Amino acid sequence: MTGKTLMHTQPAHTEVELTRSAEAIAELEQAFQAKIDADIKIEPKDWMPQAYRQSLVRQISQHAHSEIVGMLPEGNWLTRAPSLGRKLILLAKVQDEAGHGLYLYSAAETLGASREALIEALHAGKAKYSSIFNYPTLTWADVGAIGWLVDGAALINQIPLCRCSYGPYARAMRRICKEESFHQRQGYEIMLTLCRGTAAQKRMAQDALNRWWWPSLMMLGPPDAESSHTQQSMRWKIKRHTNDALRQKFVDQSVPQADYLRLAPPDPKLKWNEQTGHYEFGAIDWNEFWRVLKGDGPCNRERIEARRRAYDEGRWIREAALAFGAKQARRARGAD
Amino acid sequence: MNQRQALYEYLLRLGDNALILGQRLTEWIGHAPALEEELGSANIALDLIGQARGWLAYAGAVEGTGRDEDALALQRDVLDFRNALLVEQPNGHYGDTIARQYLFDAFHYPLLEALSGCADQYIAAIAAKSCKEAGYHRRRSAEWMIRLGDGTAESHAKLQRSVDTLWPYTGELFAMDEIDRTLQSAGVAADLAGVGRTWDEDVAHTLKTATLQRPAAGWMQSGGKQGRHSEQLGYILAEMQFLPRAYPDAHW
Ligand SMILES: [Fe+2]
Ligand SMILES: [Fe+2]
Repeated sequence: MTGKTLMHTQPAHTEVELTRSAEAIAELEQAFQAKIDADIKIEPKDWMPQAYRQSLVRQISQHAHSEIVGMLPEGNWLTRAPSLGRKLILLAKVQDEAGHGLYLYSAAETLGASREALIEALHAGKAKYSSIFNYPTLTWADVGAIGWLVDGAALINQIPLCRCSYGPYARAMRRICKEESFHQRQGYEIMLTLCRGTAAQKRMAQDALNRWWWPSLMMLGPPDAESSHTQQSMRWKIKRHTNDALRQKFVDQSVPQADYLRLAPPDPKLKWNEQTGHYEFGAIDWNEFWRVLKGDGPCNRERIEARRRAYDEGRWIREAALAFGAKQARRARGAD
Repeated sequence: MNQRQALYEYLLRLGDNALILGQRLTEWIGHAPALEEELGSANIALDLIGQARGWLAYAGAVEGTGRDEDALALQRDVLDFRNALLVEQPNGHYGDTIARQYLFDAFHYPLLEALSGCADQYIAAIAAKSCKEAGYHRRRSAEWMIRLGDGTAESHAKLQRSVDTLWPYTGELFAMDEIDRTLQSAGVAADLAGVGRTWDEDVAHTLKTATLQRPAAGWMQSGGKQGRHSEQLGYILAEMQFLPRAYPDAHW
């Protein structure tokens, strides 16, 4: 239970900022960039430019929200997993995602953003989360495809973040990446079992690949030309590679995996290029990406509604825990 | 009823309690009142479903017709389930879930403790491992009973109602029948009267600390342990068993 303030709080030293001269700030900024260039981690108590702080809060909170909203599509199959073993694996996976959300909200708190404020921004539609979780899980194969492709794309995105300039984020990412790579292998193993199974199972597997392939490619972010934050984030070493570079890496990794499953990604233009040593792939429908991001994906409303309902219906529980804590504290004082 | 049949039935009771309560808890995942409760509910569900696997695998071996834990969990119908009515009751609000969990945990822990000393080595081994988990479950659910009972006026009223509603399902937990007696004479089954005394003390203490009233003695519902269930169980099974039922020739 968190009993922290509901307001978005800022550490006191940012107020000092207003009284500093322009030269003093320029000097601090130079020293800050020098640290980053020397690969020295920035820690919560260190001075940092306001824009760096904001950029990190935005990125870390989006990431945290994605972990939490991402529990819903897979959670959809928890009660229907096809064996007790599969149920336990999926349950442990979805639990890991809740844990990732917790680490990340904690990392955001070190920058002065409270968990409550961030969650309320999500529920108010003011914060983003990964668009891919706005697609439905229709069959059991979707659980496999999500592990294989979505956790796979997340991993490609996140491995470089383990070296991110902000210490608490980099450390959270190291823990998270270890678990994500488990998730990916488990997802692929579900696909493998389906692809070695009956005709109905293979059909499920191919259908899941058809539906998750393009959204997974989109998950690595808008093309570099349209990505508003990439350049500055790279200078600050919050980001280490461009979206397009990460996407190419994902395609190069995933196509041979699909081949091994004897499944075909839904892209007629997909082909190996000897010269570049990379796969070429067809044009991504970025209109779909922006449409889903802006709220018109198949499940946007349901996902946010589910989160909001859980939060609202849980309010009396959280309030009772706080009230009981306060009573206990009073009793302890009275007993002194 | 011979001892082997009694043992099979007894193992189903143990396994089905853990399985159905675990299944109920997974319904919360993604919808719990706080992230910490997502983690907590998932932990308990993981423990319970893990325990169910152990009990049902052994039940399958005792039955001796080649059914494994998945066949028993996912291919039996309502009439063949042996869980107590308490664990199949709906989740309701989080207070209902906590009350159901506590009333069960306060029974589960002393039951497993008794079975850890059982003459059947397989039962003793599964019980000893599960007992540690159940001890943690009971501590957690008792703490929540106290927090909600002694929290706000709203949480107090809600939790009292939860306890009152679930109370009639607690009597069945301690009712001994031919199966218990057959096994008890072989030193295999737990003495439910003893388990019931521990439960009584624990529940009295927790309710008192939580400032809750113990419901008046009244009619107790029963039948789950003999396969006569509430309407709830059919829906739980329809959902839980969907895939193996829809694709009987598939492996997953
Ligand atoms: Fe994750
Ligand atoms: Fe994951």
